[in-house]
Amino acid sequence: MGASFYNEMHAADGSVRPHYGGFAEWLDSTPPERIARRRAEADLAFHRVGITFAVYGEDAGTERLIPFDIVPRIIPAAEWTALAAGLKQRVRALNAFLKDIYHDQEILAAGRIPPEQVLNNGQFREEMRGVDVPDDIYAHIAGVDVVRAGEGEFYVLEDNLRVPSGVSYMIEDRKMMMRLFPELFARHKIAPVLHYPDLLFDSLGAVAPKGVERPNVVVLTPGAFNSAYFEHTYLAQQMGVELVEGRDLFVRDDTVWMRTTQGPARVDVIYRRVDDDFLDPLAFRKDSMLGVPGLLSAYKAGRVTLANAIGTGVADDKSIYPYVPEMIRFYLGEEPLLNNVPTYMCRKAEDLAYTLANLADLVVKEVHGAGGYGMLVGPAATREEIAEFRKRLEAHPERYIAQPTLSLSNCPTFVESGIAPRHIDLRPFVLSGEQIRMVPGGLTRVALREGSLVVNSSQGGGTKDTWVLEA
Amino acid sequence: MLSRTADHLYWMSRYIERAESTARLLDVTWQMSMVPQSAESANQNWHAVILLNSLEDAFFAKYKQATAANVLHFMISDAENPSSIHACLRMCRENAHAVRGTITSDMWETLNATWLDLESHRFDASISSGPGEFFEWVKLRSSLVRGATLGTMLQDEAFHFIRLGTVLERADNTARILDVKYHVLTPGPDQGTTDFYQWGALLRSVSAFEVYRKTYRAGISPARVAELLILHPGMPRSLMFCMRALVKSLGLVANSHSGETQRRAGQLYSELRYGRIEDIFARGLHVFLTDFMRRIEGLGNGIQHDFLEAMQTT
Repeated sequence: MGASFYNEMHAADGSVRPHYGGFAEWLDSTPPERIARRRAEADLAFHRVGITFAVYGEDAGTERLIPFDIVPRIIPAAEWTALAAGLKQRVRALNAFLKDIYHDQEILAAGRIPPEQVLNNGQFREEMRGVDVPDDIYAHIAGVDVVRAGEGEFYVLEDNLRVPSGVSYMIEDRKMMMRLFPELFARHKIAPVLHYPDLLFDSLGAVAPKGVERPNVVVLTPGAFNSAYFEHTYLAQQMGVELVEGRDLFVRDDTVWMRTTQGPARVDVIYRRVDDDFLDPLAFRKDSMLGVPGLLSAYKAGRVTLANAIGTGVADDKSIYPYVPEMIRFYLGEEPLLNNVPTYMCRKAEDLAYTLANLADLVVKEVHGAGGYGMLVGPAATREEIAEFRKRLEAHPERYIAQPTLSLSNCPTFVESGIAPRHIDLRPFVLSGEQIRMVPGGLTRVALREGSLVVNSSQGGGTKDTWVLEA
Repeated sequence: MLSRTADHLYWMSRYIERAESTARLLDVTWQMSMVPQSAESANQNWHAVILLNSLEDAFFAKYKQATAANVLHFMISDAENPSSIHACLRMCRENAHAVRGTITSDMWETLNATWLDLESHRFDASISSGPGEFFEWVKLRSSLVRGATLGTMLQDEAFHFIRLGTVLERADNTARILDVKYHVLTPGPDQGTTDFYQWGALLRSVSAFEVYRKTYRAGISPARVAELLILHPGMPRSLMFCMRALVKSLGLVANSHSGETQRRAGQLYSELRYGRIEDIFARGLHVFLTDFMRRIEGLGNGIQHDFLEAMQTT
């Protein structure tokens, strides 16, 4: 089975692919001790800088590092150009879809998506019906998970439109590689990614409420105990804006203010890293301590911009995902440039039957699941696990989708036994402001366990620097 | 800037300053304990450390006697003692973590590395045999943080809240050291040598021994030590120096609420600026210091109230 996986660095005959030539040469000619020393240095530096994942609690031991691998994932220019065009197309269609379903719902009327799929979806926010958002942009920041099955053959695995994270690791991984192996950057033309915070700041400023000249942008975090807190604080710092918590903000006269040492200051754009449910206890979960009472009302009055918009979750839901190619055709009148993974929707009788008959070969996911939880990876599961999952599926088929096990590509990775192939994916970040922009690359995640297809950091995955080689 | 951010910055700097002050005090007490003396007098010095930090109740609830080992453990690593060096560095790091985007990477990394080093327990073995190296380390880390702050941070509002925390904590600490030493050092029959060592030790604890020599070119006398630590405008740990810095930073962050706090700070500063050590001694050093500490505490409360507690409407 292993032989059938596409290896990013080596062709089937064992030869090094041309775009990895420079790196392979460097790897061969660099003494292993030097590489080992640099890898240890990277660990130490990540620790000192506190580039941590998971939580910082009373017990300092709960701060974890995401393992960083020094073998880069390299993408040739032509491949990236095609991929980037596909990603932009996808995000344009998703934004059009979000505008449509919160306004005229033409795509439902046209019978292209079953209305109950959207209207009964837990992520659909009735509160957003008829609300106009600046420039009709809903998903200002999208993290699209992409996997490669073969040469030039990319599949979109998931569109993350709520609060996609990981971009800080993309930047820090690049900085670390530049610091540890400057000679590699001298011999390759690697497209830069470090200006991402500038693009983000521009995109956020561009969508401020009408008439605001110099918008006050803030980043809203759930707080220091959130698993992505490092990223929140990092982005606020890099953009030079305030990092606020719900308790720092209040709403008066449908306007959002933050409490400063000089008294209240008006807030115009909130890059929120808090889920819809917790944003406003008056509108959503009453028990939320993370949000700001009255925020929804100020938002609906057009006095503040939220990025991403409330209710974007309905477009990245796994039950909506199968319809994205249809959205591209419907709104843009174009053929999709990127593939979807064939998806069986278990709420359909024939799809359920197929899924139940082929459990051992499929990946089954909970529609609302995230972080690699609540899923069955058929080929890697035991007989008992499959039997157990079968029961769950039969009880609630509508909660699941199934997909064929993709042969995710491999990339050489440092593991205990030396360098060995491990499965990877890629999360590029697509920014929508006045225009759609992205930095070349993204976050490459790697499954460190042999054979594992799960790359999530909450499941012990690591990260790699992603190089897009300029032509 | 956010009130909450200012609050974290202010306490971050208070805690690291407090850790440094405690290390200095313990260090000098440790060194004094090596001067030939009776066990009673040695314990008196260790007791003074507890007294100085107003920790008698907490300490004697756990320990019978203020011996070197007990006091060192209590003041260095006891997790239950919120004033221990360990606790101060932990709280400093927690406050910094909450605002790590506001301070520079240099500052954050210096603070974070300090905490990681402390947590690696590499000092545990050495502390019981001779804690000197540990105290040097604490002073060095505090100096590094201060250096990173001065060397990399924009001198904006955030900087001045850090500064306020530092000088307020430091002024309080210098006043406490003077006050307690003055109590402990009740003049006895054999004054000469004791004075030299005890007041000399006090000077060393604030790194002012050489400064004293340079300034006065004379023997160590309590009045001159007090003058140096209270009124000298160029001595970085003197009350005068701290108050001048406090008035300046306070003026730079002032808001529409802070008038009264500024007035009080300015008044206290003026009293030092135009004060004479003879008058202070005539009034009574202890009375003067008690009054100073009370007013410093009032300024701390004023800063907390005027800037750091979130203001809802005005």
